[in-house]
Amino acid sequence: MKILVCITHVPDTTSKIQFTDNNTKFDKNGVQFIIGPYDDYALARAVELKEQLNATLTVLNVGEAETEPTLRKALAIGADDAIRVNSFPKDSLFVAKQITAIAKENNYDLILMGRESIDFNGGMVHGMVGEMLGIPSISPVMKLEIEGTTVKMAREIEGGKEYLEASLPLIAGCQEPIAEWKIPNMRGIMSARTKPLNVVEPVDESTATEVMQFQLPPAKGAVKLVDKDNVEELVKLLKNDAKVL
Amino acid sequence: MSILVYIEHAEGAIKKTSLEAVSYGKALSDKIGGGDVIAVALGAIDSGELKKAGIAGASKIIHDANDKLTAGVIQAHADAVAQVYNQVGANTLVLAKSSLGDAVAARLAIKLNAGLVSNVVDLPETSDGYKVKRSIYTGKAFAETVINTDHKILAVKKNAVDLLTDGAEADVESVSLSIDEANFATSITSTDKATGEILLPEADIVVSGGRGMKGPENWGMLEDLAKELGAATGCSKPVSDIGWRPHHEHVGQTGVKVAPTLYVAVGISGAIQHLAGVNSSKYIVVINKDPEAPFFKAADYGIVGDAFEVIPKLTEALKAIK
Repeated sequence: MKILVCITHVPDTTSKIQFTDNNTKFDKNGVQFIIGPYDDYALARAVELKEQLNATLTVLNVGEAETEPTLRKALAIGADDAIRVNSFPKDSLFVAKQITAIAKENNYDLILMGRESIDFNGGMVHGMVGEMLGIPSISPVMKLEIEGTTVKMAREIEGGKEYLEASLPLIAGCQEPIAEWKIPNMRGIMSARTKPLNVVEPVDESTATEVMQFQLPPAKGAVKLVDKDNVEELVKLLKNDAKVL
Repeated sequence: MSILVYIEHAEGAIKKTSLEAVSYGKALSDKIGGGDVIAVALGAIDSGELKKAGIAGASKIIHDANDKLTAGVIQAHADAVAQVYNQVGANTLVLAKSSLGDAVAARLAIKLNAGLVSNVVDLPETSDGYKVKRSIYTGKAFAETVINTDHKILAVKKNAVDLLTDGAEADVESVSLSIDEANFATSITSTDKATGEILLPEADIVVSGGRGMKGPENWGMLEDLAKELGAATGCSKPVSDIGWRPHHEHVGQTGVKVAPTLYVAVGISGAIQHLAGVNSSKYIVVINKDPEAPFFKAADYGIVGDAFEVIPKLTEALKAIK
């Protein structure tokens, strides 16, 4: 049993988002980078499955050298080895092609990643890889159990969930509560230093989309406070000013 | 040349977000001369209901009533939509962002060699390349994105355009697509879904509660307020983490992202991760007894006060204006 987990290297969820170079580049100044929160759930579930099924677990990131500490953290959490595709992740299609190429070489039984990255929120890489590999892609998955070659999953839908069954191999985009996030322990951190981290070059440089410019939303005006003993005033404002009632 | 819109339905009705996607397709066609706007619907649904896609802007609806397509099996839907897309000679696919739509669109991007942009918030600018504005960093920023491919897929966020209501009912053409059995290999064994409720991602008004509500037994007053407003109810992450409310009601960075016209937050302090899920709301009302709660900085209107006093009064005041 071989498991691949694809992770993103993204700004911490509390980061203030700013841009530089005439709004064409993300401003990394003072920003802490983390494993994507959804990817972190995927990784946590993969570590549990590795222990349960005696599987091997590879972690993959498409990114420049700066993402290696993020990959090392994934190794500390429990992955056996890591692969970094040495390129800026230009767009979803570009990333999907890199993952597909590595998956074709290594024949993973299960590929997990977050439902979406929290920077570009595309949520399309798992589906693209599934289509290119000709295997099922399921997202967003909030429960995943393996019994033999059958995978039992729960997928979140609007207003609830649906339960699915499929066979391996498959690819899933994960979200909570598929597993609890794992914090690396000291032994994990020590062993991560010597686990293999292989750097490969991208296979296909083509893209379908390109970001030209970033924009921040307009600043919010000051809040209009209403006295707690005069809630009728709030109703009036909502009805007459905001016109939402 | 035409624009195909993939529409979803639930409980016998076209989803409102899908009707918005149809209106987006119509506005796109009007803006760039994109040709006919054709909607495609899959699975069992009354054709009288499907005609309503015409009112939102479609000139024709293509329907495969195959009951195997009623449940949204991702690969089967992707196969079916690709077939219809090619048959009608479309060059753009529009759909509403949703759990199923996102999953289907990603596979279609490969099948159709189409550039896919998600979280689209406005119509494209086509005077110099095909530029689409999309929401990124979970609503904290926007990116002007160029699509370089001939075929394009736009996954549209709620409220990107106004829903059209002045079109005429359109004809429904029944088709029977041949879908490879392998695409049904993933089987949906059951669903567990709230029925008859206004669904959070589609609601125009949302009332959410946080830890300030003190316990799940106090949700009744929020539900009363929501009922008076015709709103869906949501909650903060801590509330779903401790199990007071189900996960599908969790609004925030790692939960549901909402874009209602009015968001009412009760007893929620306003952590940056929660704000990320609501920052696309048009108006935000915050009710919190702590005047220092950071949520007030993101709000349009606020009341500093105890939810247990304010909420019943607010519900009564809303009743009074009816």
